[in-house]
Amino acid sequence: MESTIIKSRDFNASFGSNHVVKNVNIDIPRNHVIAVMGPSGCGKTTYLRCINRMHELIPGATSSGEMKINDENIYEMHPIFVRLKIGMVFQRPNPFPNLSIYDNVIAGYKLNGIKLAKADRDRIVEHSLTRVALWNEVKDSLTKKGSFLSGGQQQRLCIARAVAMEPEVLLFDEPTSALDPISTSTVEELFHELKTNYTLIIVTHNMQQAARVSDKTAFFYLGELVEYDETKTMFTNPKDNRTQNYITGRFS
Amino acid sequence: MNIGSVKYRIGKSYGFQILTTVLAFACVIPLLAILFFIIKAGITKINWHFLVNVPKPVGEAGGGIANALVGSIIIIVVASIIAVPIGILAGIYLSENRKSRLAYWCRLSVDILQGVPSIVIGIVAYFWLVKPLGGFSALSGSVALAIMMLPIIVRSTEETLKLLPDSLKEAAFALGMPFHRVIFKVIVPVGISGILSGVMLSVARITGETAPLLFTAFGNPYLSTNITKPMHSLPLLIFNYATSPYNDWHDLAWGASLILLLWVLFLNIFTKLITRKWKVQL
Amino acid sequence: MDTSVDNGSITRSDTPLRVINSKTPEAIVKTTQRIRRSFRQIRTENVFKKTLVIMGIIMVLLVLGILLTLIVQSLPSIKALGPKYLWSRVWDPVQDIYGAWPFLLGTLLSSFLALIISIPFSIAVAIFLGEYHPSGWLPNLLKNTVELIAAVPSVIYGFWGLAVLVPIVRNFETHIGVEPVGVGIFSSSLILAVMIIPYAASLGRSMIQMVPSPLKEAAYGLGATRWEVIRSVVLPYTKSGLFAGILLSLGRALGETMAVTMVIGNTSIIPKNIFAPGNTMASVIANEFTEADKAVYLSALIELGLVLFLVTVVINMIGKKIIDRFTNE
Repeated sequence: MESTIIKSRDFNASFGSNHVVKNVNIDIPRNHVIAVMGPSGCGKTTYLRCINRMHELIPGATSSGEMKINDENIYEMHPIFVRLKIGMVFQRPNPFPNLSIYDNVIAGYKLNGIKLAKADRDRIVEHSLTRVALWNEVKDSLTKKGSFLSGGQQQRLCIARAVAMEPEVLLFDEPTSALDPISTSTVEELFHELKTNYTLIIVTHNMQQAARVSDKTAFFYLGELVEYDETKTMFTNPKDNRTQNYITGRFS
Repeated sequence: MNIGSVKYRIGKSYGFQILTTVLAFACVIPLLAILFFIIKAGITKINWHFLVNVPKPVGEAGGGIANALVGSIIIIVVASIIAVPIGILAGIYLSENRKSRLAYWCRLSVDILQGVPSIVIGIVAYFWLVKPLGGFSALSGSVALAIMMLPIIVRSTEETLKLLPDSLKEAAFALGMPFHRVIFKVIVPVGISGILSGVMLSVARITGETAPLLFTAFGNPYLSTNITKPMHSLPLLIFNYATSPYNDWHDLAWGASLILLLWVLFLNIFTKLITRKWKVQL
Repeated sequence: MDTSVDNGSITRSDTPLRVINSKTPEAIVKTTQRIRRSFRQIRTENVFKKTLVIMGIIMVLLVLGILLTLIVQSLPSIKALGPKYLWSRVWDPVQDIYGAWPFLLGTLLSSFLALIISIPFSIAVAIFLGEYHPSGWLPNLLKNTVELIAAVPSVIYGFWGLAVLVPIVRNFETHIGVEPVGVGIFSSSLILAVMIIPYAASLGRSMIQMVPSPLKEAAYGLGATRWEVIRSVVLPYTKSGLFAGILLSLGRALGETMAVTMVIGNTSIIPKNIFAPGNTMASVIANEFTEADKAVYLSALIELGLVLFLVTVVINMIGKKIIDRFTNE
């Protein structure tokens, strides 16, 4: 089942007069892990934030072009619907400091004012935490504040929080760059589990990570999508010179 | 190098350090003197009778300040009801819109409001409310005090919310939360201690304000709870009785001063303690 | 297509049916609920955004309203008395003679005298807390106590001044051989001096703490003593900040009403010396506003309020500008 879920055509994004994403055309297949890599400042994070319309929260940020999810134009939907369908996990773990672990998982429901029966809530919390392999570690301390957890646990809690909303796509903005190596590998293992239910788009500046976790890789350079291919092909036989230079470490 | 001149310079340095220290601690003396004197003069006047009775006419001993106590509380509560929501929302507006043109003018206005002499606020409230409504009223006093509370609340809300990391807001937005829920369910609860201390500081400030009430709440020798009628307040009572020639009234004023002073100092110290506990920067 | 503007439009493609793909029936119910809810949220969101903007506008309107009210209400006096009102030397409402000079002079005298008295103390606090002892329990206590000075209500300063300070000043006046009235400009300056210490002190302290230590270390490295470092590095570096603090203090002193009203003596004749009774702009408004029975009388008082407002606004704005420039450097 290789149907396209996210599709962008001639997509551009800027901060004021600073043009950071240029004419990006990409088709992202459902239930795959896509890595987006490139040197810092290449526009990969901006592009990711455009997918669930977080980009426009920054004053002066604009975008143009076509961005579709299931053939619906994201920019004709209300951002709230977009973000309910496309969840996001950030660079630094950001659990809500005033909420318990339990409440953090169902934050999307609780803070949106959606009433759930206690049984439903419990099920969602257990299910989401199990999916991020955190349930066994925290099931006895669900009432503690989220900030008591270690960095890696906090990041998995944030993934659980996004998963609890049952989105179709999950965006990860350098999800392991603030984590230690052991936590990083735990999070990376999750990606394989999660792709059975979701489509994952992961921005990373770590090439090894892209190679390890992704099915397809997109390489951004200076705001352009230089190359987009199967990860294996990309790392063994890149078509573009710039990709070649990047993966052999000639610039970073 | 001449050893003598070095010694002289070191001596001079110590001399200035001692002078600075002495001058710095001298600032505390007036405050201690005021505290000491007010407690000494006021403590003997305060008893249950003093708190639950209204003032007696000149010549009769006894009497209390119940009307002023009740009036102060009512005026402050009404002022807070007006100022707290407006102030917090305006603070949210400023922290969310850092660069817009309106935000610039809004910030400038708040700065100006902060420095406006309280007597001027009294004049303005007189023309906005007392004259149109046809008489002095507690409500007009509350409005005047609310105007004085606003800049403190707006500023503390803005400063508190500005310090919260953007990642918090992004996390909330990414869950598909609408803007108002992001603010009220995530941003405000996390910054609540800073906002609350701003509110308490503003209450502490207006509790002792007299000038704006002279032409608005005006004062009332009887116990009144009608906010459309003149009402007494502690600082007004102190002003009226302190400048009167009667000793009985001076006694009432001392008692009232002690209560007002304790009330204000308590609010200030309490606010300091919670800001320190929550590590809020104001 | 510029998509940065969030117009909150909801297109047909958002209808719940399209959202539901191959999910369990349970999930479908959940999604539908979620969507229906979200429509309501979007309306509230837009209302909320507008409310915030309105609050911003209210702040601006409030200040404009204050200014406008003062101007409109002082028009009768501006028309009848003209600009020379401000330097006419006689104030006699009974005879319909209005001159603001006694009050302008009284305000300037008492405020500047208070400033002169308070500066050594507030600078000393600033240096002590900013340079000598930035931390520790005793400096902390001093810092908090000085801040509490600003918290004491002005009417209590006035009452205390009347009961304690005025007799002392009267004694002092007998000693130096001026008319021993006690109340007057000097007494109110003393009270004001105490009241304004915290403003210059706390601003000065934070400015002094911002002096980069490499600058100070450079001077220490040349063998300078502590005092020499303060005099030749710290104070020059912070002078604009200290000046701003003094300006803010001045702004408070000019507008201070109750304490001054209670101890200044309330006479509307030009004070002969600093021990004479007088009136400030604020105190004359406080005393005569509710007694003003003629339109021009009332309006003349409001014109004083307008002058007071403009002067304090200008002083505060200059102070704020200096602070902003200092902290941005």
